Amino acid sequence: MIDILWAVQDKLGCIDGEAMSLIAEKTGTYRVEVEGVVSFYAFFSSVRKGKIVIRLCDDIVDRHAGVFAVAKSFENTLGIKLGETTPDHWFSLEYTPCIGMCDQAPAALVNDVVVTNLTPAKVKGIVRTLKKTRDPRALVTKTGDGNNGHRLIAAMVKNNIRHTGPVLFDKSPAEAGLKQALTLSPGGVLELVVDSRLRGRGGAGFPTGKKWRYAAAAQAALRYVICNADEGEPGTFKDRVLLTERAQLLIEGMTIAAYAVGAAEGILYLRAEYRYLKAYLEHILARRRSRGLLGDNIMGKAGFHFDIRIQMGAGAYICGEESSLISSCEGKRGEPKNRPPFPVQSGYLGLPTVVNNVETFCCVPPLIARGPKWFTSIGTPHSSGTKLLSVSGDCTRPGVYELPFGVSVQDVLDKAGAKDPAAVLIGGASGDMIGRPEFQRRICFEDLPTAGAITTFSSHRNVLEIANYYMDFFIDESCGYCTPCRVGNVFMKQGLEKIMQGLGEAGDLDYLRELGKTIIATSRCGLGHTSPNPILSSMKSFPLVYSALLNAHPNEFQAGFNIQSALDEARVIAKRRSLIYDVSYGDEE
Amino acid sequence: MNKTMRITVDGRKIRASPGQTIMDACDDAGVYVPRLCDVEGLVPQGSCRVCTVKADGHTVAACTEPAEPGMKVENDTLEIKNYRRDLVRMLFHEGNHLCPICEASGRCELQAMAYRLRISQATKYPYLQPVRPVDASHPDIALDNNRCILCGRCIRASRDVDGKHVFEYVGRGIHKRIGVNAENLAATNASIDDYAMSLEVCPVGCIIRKREGFFAPIGARQFDREPIGMDVETRQEHHVPKRRPDPAFGNDGTK
Ligand SMILES: Cc1cc2nc3c(=O)[nH]c(=O)nc-3n(C[C@H](O)[C@H](O)[C@H](O)COP(=O)(O)O)c2cc1C
Ligand code: SF4
Ligand code: SF4
Ligand code: SF4
Ligand code: FES
Ligand code: FES
Repeated sequence: MIDILWAVQDKLGCIDGEAMSLIAEKTGTYRVEVEGVVSFYAFFSSVRKGKIVIRLCDDIVDRHAGVFAVAKSFENTLGIKLGETTPDHWFSLEYTPCIGMCDQAPAALVNDVVVTNLTPAKVKGIVRTLKKTRDPRALVTKTGDGNNGHRLIAAMVKNNIRHTGPVLFDKSPAEAGLKQALTLSPGGVLELVVDSRLRGRGGAGFPTGKKWRYAAAAQAALRYVICNADEGEPGTFKDRVLLTERAQLLIEGMTIAAYAVGAAEGILYLRAEYRYLKAYLEHILARRRSRGLLGDNIMGKAGFHFDIRIQMGAGAYICGEESSLISSCEGKRGEPKNRPPFPVQSGYLGLPTVVNNVETFCCVPPLIARGPKWFTSIGTPHSSGTKLLSVSGDCTRPGVYELPFGVSVQDVLDKAGAKDPAAVLIGGASGDMIGRPEFQRRICFEDLPTAGAITTFSSHRNVLEIANYYMDFFIDESCGYCTPCRVGNVFMKQGLEKIMQGLGEAGDLDYLRELGKTIIATSRCGLGHTSPNPILSSMKSFPLVYSALLNAHPNEFQAGFNIQSALDEARVIAKRRSLIYDVSYGDEE
Repeated sequence: MNKTMRITVDGRKIRASPGQTIMDACDDAGVYVPRLCDVEGLVPQGSCRVCTVKADGHTVAACTEPAEPGMKVENDTLEIKNYRRDLVRMLFHEGNHLCPICEASGRCELQAMAYRLRISQATKYPYLQPVRPVDASHPDIALDNNRCILCGRCIRASRDVDGKHVFEYVGRGIHKRIGVNAENLAATNASIDDYAMSLEVCPVGCIIRKREGFFAPIGARQFDREPIGMDVETRQEHHVPKRRPDPAFGNDGTK
């Protein structure tokens, strides 16, 4: 379904009511179901867009790098406002959350083409080129390093690999891991993965061997292996680099996983923002097929069949959550599924499914080739191996760093040349914001876990503005399924804004804490379980910043009086005279 | 495997059968767990979160969480009650609810839940006051989206009981709403005789049966007679077990 919608969107520039009816008819679904899917994904639109859509990343990192000035410049040059389309239907201009180019911000997508290091001065030239050639590819005059220069990628993106480590950039010969795995029984491979204590690199850190064992044990005729290349967490871009430079290793890892759990089919779920890598990845898959590394009887192993297809995403952070990702692969709204059953029991199309992050799969071949002892000798007792970190923000050497687990935040900041770091966000929007006293903490599952994002902010940045941006992000990206996350996050943001406007009172901090607690406790999936974090963790790490903005009131009564009178006015405007609101009855415990 | 098990709810031991949700086990035992999106006869979907309980220390939705042998459930504690209050308040503030002029007043589950949870003042949250369309195109049915709480009961009723698929969710996040299977309701095959349009399905005053409004006088309306949940709590020991459709659809109500 998502593929069909992409084809229609690309052709018509929209998926309107008529198209929806037609798609429903052809696919034996209902029009409103199609509408439900179209309206879920940011890259689909029911109103006609321009042939060239310019999507500017408006993440806080890009804001600090000057994206607003770039946006103004685009508005002036194109003669349209953000969110609009030119009357000739050639150009649309809009904002989008992190596109995984934080190390070369401000960045934008022009259709599938990535444009990095934007400045207001460059905009005129960009628009001129686009108007002349009508082809976004013409914007790439100089390609980036490594495979970014491959004819099928041809992107100006730079890898910015600043530090290579022993696992992901291991020098073992290609296919050594797969060769070794196929000499063992599937159970033998599972054992190695369990013994290596490999844990998921996508955020949650679930033991990979355990996950694979569950899937292998589930009774089913068919099993699936899915690679999560949705990389939607703001500030994370390490999977982009792995997909560009280590695609063979990734597919090798997926193939080993398929052998271990007994899967015959695999899916690589690629976020829409990385569509520029699709042709190259297809090419890698095709090459592996022709070399007998995918398809039937892989490497001559009788009975081992496995192949992979690429599934494009369409712009939804929540689709990185594994059960949403599965919904999305099934052509539905990318909403999480209820658990239990877990994906390893009943995942894609109800079949046992292993979902792992790109980096997790990339760890597998070297681990098999060199053995669990080697793997556990790197890192810490509960976090073996290395972690690929994406460092961006206020630093002189942004990029990816493969470092052993257990490295301190301070070490990373020093390596990256962080400028006067005052606040560091570990793990992106859903992670924790820490201040200087905590820079000695270590990156590992025992202390500070992260899917890879390290975003540094210097002392002249405004912590509240940062938290506020990430709340916006969660509000936009909430799937809306459950009440606390759909509605509660909006209230969190409004509460924070009140403080930012200087209207806050001491009680507002408790309000935010309590509201955050309800959202975390009652939400249905990981997005809601972490969405209050930007505010809660910054309140914890920077209490003085918050309290400096609060109004001191001589007594409780006045504070209460202000809230009340503000509300009364709202009530009159809204003509609310409800028993429930106006008459106090019953006592609140 | 088919043996019944015991779970504890607020210290009281009750029976549960394998595969049963906490909600269904509680219902059968006459213990009321507040709920809005879940209703007998439909597949549970777990979206309003009002049925949040603590099971062995973790907060879960009772309507979708399977009971496990020996599970200890907290249902009526202050912590849980406060979560539920927050959720019900969120639903009030998300839409536009003016109870005194609302046709559903007195039989509205949202309103009744607020009473049951003793929500009095609404000083905490801002009102979002969204601008939402009213679809009055259909001759017999009107949809006032201002009062929709996105419980999805109409979606499941139309799809699973009526076999029609008149409704579905569209949009995401705070812009999520109920869409209909055409430009407007009149252009769909919806009928006033659909189960989805019956008074049992929409818990609030969003799906309105035209010309039938305000049928019960104040004092004789459904929740004037007894508070919400009383029906469960006054159930006899050996009543007919709860009705659930075949889980031919996914447990989250999707195919
Ligand atoms: C809101 C949300 C977004 C997520 N986004 C991603 C993502 O972009 N990439 C990823 O690998 N995992 C993501 N995850 C984690 C996945 O749900 C899942 O745990 C992971 O893909 C499992 O792979 P791993 O065990 O190899 O880490 C996300 C989780 C949540 C709750
Ligand atoms: S927590 Fe948020 S993202 Fe997750 S199911 Fe609920 S609304 Fe959707
Ligand atoms: S739907 Fe219920 S809560 Fe909303 S206005 Fe009507 S009676 Fe009040
Ligand atoms: S219309 Fe009624 S039944 Fe349907 S989702 Fe809204 S509140 Fe629920
Ligand atoms: S690309 Fe803009 S923050 Fe990641
Ligand atoms: S009743 Fe369980 S989530 Fe709504």
